[in-house]
Amino acid sequence: MGVSSGPLLGGDGFLTTKISAVANWGRKNSLWPMAFGTACCAIEMMGTFSSRFDIARFGAEAVRFSPRQADLMIVSGTITYKMASVCRRIYEQMPEPKWVIAMGSCTCGGGPFDSYAVVQGIDEFLPVDVYVGGCPPRPEALIDAVMKIQQKIDNEGPPIV
Amino acid sequence: MTSPADPVDQIREKISGYILSESTFREEITFTVKAESIVECCSLLKNTLGFTYLVDVTVVDYLTVKFPRYEVVYLLHRFGENYEENLKIRLKAALEQDNPAIDSVTSVWSGANWLEREAYDMFGITFRGHPDPRRILMPDDYDQFPLRKDFDVRDRESSKRCFERALDEGLE
Repeated sequence: MGVSSGPLLGGDGFLTTKISAVANWGRKNSLWPMAFGTACCAIEMMGTFSSRFDIARFGAEAVRFSPRQADLMIVSGTITYKMASVCRRIYEQMPEPKWVIAMGSCTCGGGPFDSYAVVQGIDEFLPVDVYVGGCPPRPEALIDAVMKIQQKIDNEGPPIV
Repeated sequence: MTSPADPVDQIREKISGYILSESTFREEITFTVKAESIVECCSLLKNTLGFTYLVDVTVVDYLTVKFPRYEVVYLLHRFGENYEENLKIRLKAALEQDNPAIDSVTSVWSGANWLEREAYDMFGITFRGHPDPRRILMPDDYDQFPLRKDFDVRDRESSKRCFERALDEGLE
């Protein structure tokens, strides 16, 4: 990035950069989570969103319960096969670009529920970007996952326009 | 229970025609009753003896342990004037292994509706005369009865099939 400001433009600064750098910078600092909470991990996720752990510091506090206004899906809680089709549809309704965090042991691999009804890891039907282990994970772990998503966005190529 | 007129004696006398056997464990009274007359027995218990609250309907699958294989269990509660006068009894009705079916008690307690649906969903017991005999927890097109003892609880094939069908239908 080259920054220059001077009398040439009447005092207005300008900078030269790449579209991808600006787009990714904007995206990573305004992640809008779609909170897909189905079990106890959702409680920890709410804790992460609220003031004590304050995920707003990373620009990800605008939780939307409509997939059409979100770009980060945080799946927190046990996902059964009956819920899986709902989860997948909600993911498909999110606009591109979009990312997925699998929060907690249940979403990562079924957790303790090795049963006929529970999906053994949501990567059976969703492209997961970051896995967060724990039962439930500490809020710090979820914040770390959001930061990993930010790093991942940073490394992405130019947006498809 | 040393009250002068034991309320259980009264119940036993009223429904004696339906009782096959009786047992008591830690002051919990269980009557095994005739499965074919469960509705008559239950309406007597509710309308004459005041068991207005059906707490739960569930099923036990004894598979090889006991014959006949299934027992449908009804947990009944009667509210007394005082807390001490509350009374709980348990009814059991035995059902055969092949096509287990029993009359629905939804005509007696409408709250039996969902309880019987769950019993059907998990154990495959048919409740004759049920107003809405669908599954309640598992998907409608699920083809197993997961709490039966001969079902492998790790068998996810049927669930996966239902999931994929739900996806296909959702995308149309």
